[in-house]
Amino acid sequence: MNFKPVDMQLLDVISNIKSIPAGAINIRRDGEPVIRQSSPNIKIGTNADNNGLLVEIKPGTRDETVHVPVIVTRAGFHDKVYNTFVVGEDADITIIAGCGIHNDSHSDSSHDGIHEIIVKKGARMKYVEKHYGEGNGKGKRILNPTTKIILETSAIAEMEMVQIKGVDDTVRTTTAHIEDKASLKIVERLMTHGEQKAVSDVKLYIEGRGSSGQILSRSVARDDSFQIFKAALVGKNECLGHVECDAIIMDKARIQSIPELIAENAEAVLTHEAAIGKIAGEQLIKLMSLGMTEKDAIDTILEGFLR
Amino acid sequence: MLKLENVSMTVNNSNGSRREIIRDINIDFEPGKLYAITGPNGGGKTTLAKVIMGIYQHSTGNIYLNGEDISKLGVTERARRGIAYAFQQPPRFKGLNVADLIKIASQGIDGMGLRKKLRDVGLCPEDYLDRDMGPGLSGGEAKRIEIAQVLSRDSIISIFDEPEAGVDLWTVQRLIGLIVQKYQDNPESTAIIITHHENVLPICDEIIVLEEGFIKLRGSTEEIWPLIRDDVQCKMREQCRGEVCYEL
Repeated sequence: MNFKPVDMQLLDVISNIKSIPAGAINIRRDGEPVIRQSSPNIKIGTNADNNGLLVEIKPGTRDETVHVPVIVTRAGFHDKVYNTFVVGEDADITIIAGCGIHNDSHSDSSHDGIHEIIVKKGARMKYVEKHYGEGNGKGKRILNPTTKIILETSAIAEMEMVQIKGVDDTVRTTTAHIEDKASLKIVERLMTHGEQKAVSDVKLYIEGRGSSGQILSRSVARDDSFQIFKAALVGKNECLGHVECDAIIMDKARIQSIPELIAENAEAVLTHEAAIGKIAGEQLIKLMSLGMTEKDAIDTILEGFLR
Repeated sequence: MLKLENVSMTVNNSNGSRREIIRDINIDFEPGKLYAITGPNGGGKTTLAKVIMGIYQHSTGNIYLNGEDISKLGVTERARRGIAYAFQQPPRFKGLNVADLIKIASQGIDGMGLRKKLRDVGLCPEDYLDRDMGPGLSGGEAKRIEIAQVLSRDSIISIFDEPEAGVDLWTVQRLIGLIVQKYQDNPESTAIIITHHENVLPICDEIIVLEEGFIKLRGSTEEIWPLIRDDVQCKMREQCRGEVCYEL
């Protein structure tokens, strides 16, 4: 395993990995797996089409974590991967994904991660995905994740998807199918700056009786950046659905926030809240009255908002 | 300690005319004393507090803190020199929690100190330290946390803007008790309480009555309280609909 300092820096930011952890892990660098290890309960293998991973978590597996970070450090490299995760019945596990791109060149680098996640009956899953870009070249750092998730009866999942900084262009597409008594919570955190563009398109099909789906999004758009956030809930049964999108807009940035509620059953209860605004002056004044400079007050407010 | 010399503040009305919010204020706040500022709504009390904190810039006059002219200093510089202000309506912060704000107010405070600050204002630390400072907190809870922040600062001048507003009577007594304990007869600090409360006014050392931006009355509590008591108590009765107000 030959990791350069830049690799470790990216892995630390996206997955909080300072050294290679024990347990199931796959690290992909510039399209190739550099480390792959399974655990007794979590098997990581190549999928049937040989274009990504098949991660199988045994039924009943408890308190285990699987790491599947991706890094792109080769200039102008375009990576695409298809990963499938199957979380076995009654398992309770965490998946740490994420992608970091380092690009100092004038050619664009990109990673398209296409994930399918099946959370079997009664299982619980926490999924954490952080995206980050760095480097001084004019080449863009592009990330386009597509995630399809299926929650079987009584499954519970929480997905935390964070774009920290440095990603020039992103289109995130997330689709979920939620069956009887299953519950999904999606938390998005997004920061854009410079001339970055970010699109997030989430659609939850809340199909099962007694099922629920929640989308909570917080974003900050600075400089000349542009964000589009689309969140749709489709209630097809007696179910609960809620969308909440809060955004802070600064400088010359632009934000479009488009929540959509589609009820196809009279017992579906779907709600949304959306707000876009700049940092309130009284918040700044309050923190300054505790001795902070205006800049530190702004940083503190944004950091808390995106936490 | 804090001296206001001929301080006035004028604002422009929408029709182009000018209006004085506070006029020719002269006060020398002494250390170790509790000052009450009272008076009718719109009389200039909160404006005066915000002028002292540097949130509003006064138009004429000078403000001195321990002999230094701080008239041109901004909010941050005044806070760092020892002025603290508990907002009448504390702003909310989505994502920052109670512990974050108290840590900002009191740099280097440890876990035990944090918990004590919350217990002091009648909040259980285990329930509140991780609570989000967003709209989920009630007005009374936010107010107590605001007061805890100011009490945790080592300030020379601490201003409490209607600490009783939105807080139940039992808690008001407790909060005022804390303010009295920390500031009265403390030679290194002064507290200014903006209040209409009949239980708070009599325990202060001096009362200043602001009306239409002017100091209408000013003096020791023994002198001023008998002059305004009937007015204040009458208003309190209207607000509380005749419920008994407990003695401090």
